[in-house]
Amino acid sequence: MTQTGSKQMHEFGAGSHVRVRDDASLGHCRTPVYLRGQFGTIVSIAGRFKDPERLAYHKPGLPLQTLYRVRFDQNVLWPGYSGAAGDDIEADIFEHWLEPAGAAVTEAGVEGNP
Amino acid sequence: MSTHDHDHDHAPISDDSGPVSRFELLETAIRELLVEKGLFSPADIHAQIEATESRDPALGADLVARAWVDPGFKAQLIDNPRKTLGDMGIEVGGLAELQVVENTEDLHHVVVCTLCSCYPRMILGVPPAWYKSTAYRSRVVRDPRGVLHEFGIALPETTTVRVLDSTADLRFLVIPRRPSGTEGLDQSSLAQLVTRDSMIGTGEALDPGGRP
Repeated sequence: MTQTGSKQMHEFGAGSHVRVRDDASLGHCRTPVYLRGQFGTIVSIAGRFKDPERLAYHKPGLPLQTLYRVRFDQNVLWPGYSGAAGDDIEADIFEHWLEPAGAAVTEAGVEGNP
Repeated sequence: MSTHDHDHDHAPISDDSGPVSRFELLETAIRELLVEKGLFSPADIHAQIEATESRDPALGADLVARAWVDPGFKAQLIDNPRKTLGDMGIEVGGLAELQVVENTEDLHHVVVCTLCSCYPRMILGVPPAWYKSTAYRSRVVRDPRGVLHEFGIALPETTTVRVLDSTADLRFLVIPRRPSGTEGLDQSSLAQLVTRDSMIGTGEALDPGGRP
């Protein structure tokens, strides 16, 4: 995480394209499985909160983690989605579950940034 | 089955059905230990239960009605719910942050917690049973319009449906659309039109003409 100074407290800004890490979680975790590996856009920074993955095991939940509101396109999320074109879903995702969308695409061997 | 000729059973009246579950035992054991260690008292537990149960959708309905009649209040409520409510003597509490969103002709929010049952209890009290059901939680994220239709809401394609999944530390209160034909109503009459479901996004505010 790039918390090198006060201006760098948050890794992502509003409008950033991100991907939810496609990791498995050991134990308690607030990142829904249906969003893992999915691409979304940061709507806003919700604040800094205790890390639920540490809190669940009687730890103080520190350092605080930045929590983001992240928006996902329903038509991308669910193949065959039956709603309207603009429908979306927002969820709150902690910073350590997010990576830049560009990095994910490069790792996957696709040229250039989206 | 009893042998005589009526169909009720003769079990003693009890709050619980079936044997005590593992988690109930665990809860009781931990609660008793914490009381023994003096971290809190049984009176504290009852006070907290009472505080939680004292909040009910009427509080949310009052907030929505005031937001409808007072645009300045609505802006403050959306911009800084904790401070706005705190100024009114309503504590949001330390467990989660409250966010307030507004439904409009163009955008309809519907709230869910796919991971458990997170709910704006500080405003609406205890969530309805269906809110915690696996069916609602799993279906509303992938077929929100279908689920809304079952709740009696048919939205045009021109209205974007936004599902809010309360996955972490935020709780959401929806300000439903103010029904037409309510221009002459005062705040307390308007509050009567605001249903619990309309503040979750699975309903709309009542039509004043539709009420007895």
